[in-house]
Amino acid sequence: MSGKPPLTDRQIEVVIGNLLRAGVLAAAVIVLAGGVFYLAHYGAQRPNYKVFSGEPADLRDISGIARDALAMHSKGVIQLGLILLIATPVSRVAFSIAAFAAQRDRLYVALTIIVLSILVFSLAGGHF
Amino acid sequence: MDNLLFTLLLWLGSVAAGFFGALTGLGGGVIIVPLLALGFGVNIRYAIGASLVSVIATSSGAASAYVKEGYSNIRIGMFLEIATTLGALFGAFLATTMPTSTIAIVFGIILVYSSIVSVRPPHPTPAATHPDKLAGLLRVDSSYPTGEGIRDYYVHSIPTGFVMMFGAGTISGLLGIGSGVMKVLAMDRAMRIPFKVSTTTSNFMIGVTAAASAGIYLDRGYIDPGLAMPVMLGVLMGSFAGSMALVKARPASLRMVFSVTILLLAVEMIYRGITGKL
Repeated sequence: MSGKPPLTDRQIEVVIGNLLRAGVLAAAVIVLAGGVFYLAHYGAQRPNYKVFSGEPADLRDISGIARDALAMHSKGVIQLGLILLIATPVSRVAFSIAAFAAQRDRLYVALTIIVLSILVFSLAGGHF
Repeated sequence: MDNLLFTLLLWLGSVAAGFFGALTGLGGGVIIVPLLALGFGVNIRYAIGASLVSVIATSSGAASAYVKEGYSNIRIGMFLEIATTLGALFGAFLATTMPTSTIAIVFGIILVYSSIVSVRPPHPTPAATHPDKLAGLLRVDSSYPTGEGIRDYYVHSIPTGFVMMFGAGTISGLLGIGSGVMKVLAMDRAMRIPFKVSTTTSNFMIGVTAAASAGIYLDRGYIDPGLAMPVMLGVLMGSFAGSMALVKARPASLRMVFSVTILLLAVEMIYRGITGKL
């Protein structure tokens, strides 16, 4: 053993808690900003959500959303905030891998990698 | 009605859903989907997409408040997240193939269950007095603060809990709700984890579980920015206000009103599902 003592479970939880709150706050701010643009643009239109036709392709994946958001399209900005929101618990899992590794807990590093793999599979669109 | 008014009403409804969801411990999702589908005439696939996003927001937003209290068990939570995330993937795939009328009926059944749970007082499961072999191998036995100091507890029936968690994840991915009630049931009743530890660990798990179906929802076009925006912001604010109010009181009469409301929504969902109007 060298360097500083490993993190306790309690310390890990506090860091994770703050990480989650920061992620949600940042996501909410981006969604709100996008929402203001969205209402300025589409506020006078009539909403129609009766029939499910799915979102257009550019609002369905990360690269398309990033492009739309960079072009300051309001819907793209909102989706960007939502992606950040979805990424928040994912980053929590990723951070846990590092924390368990710092505790030299191989079993939980392995279990956490399984969870992260499932999440990454879903975020990649869940195609087999 | 134009989009501006629609968005404003949706936001107000979401604030209320988040508020009462936090107050009763059921979460906003079980109210958001019926609100959108029955109240605003939104297709149930868009409704579950918007609801799921709000579930991630409330779960992650509340987590920092819970960890300070030192109740949650991150090891058992992480282990069980293997089950809930696999279930969530399965549920999200089911959602994309299942007819909307069937989704509405399943949702109605879960609402009936939630309605019953919300008025039934929690009677604590007796704590296990001896360790369990598998729990020892996984090192999930822990302790938590009580009024009389730190108390140790033993986790039991991990395989049963794992299967129940897969079910909870499936329901979450299929219906766009947190299914915290089912997660607590698995931990508190089956695995004999103290109720307070179960509820806080469940809250932690909800966000990760929902993230596992969110990727699929996004890819299949279920997450509409115009709907998700007011719903996410509204539920987040409402649940924050609700958890503040919760510290002061948890009136039984309010829970009864809420329970009856959910039961009525359940009947309407099932009726519209059977008659194919959703």
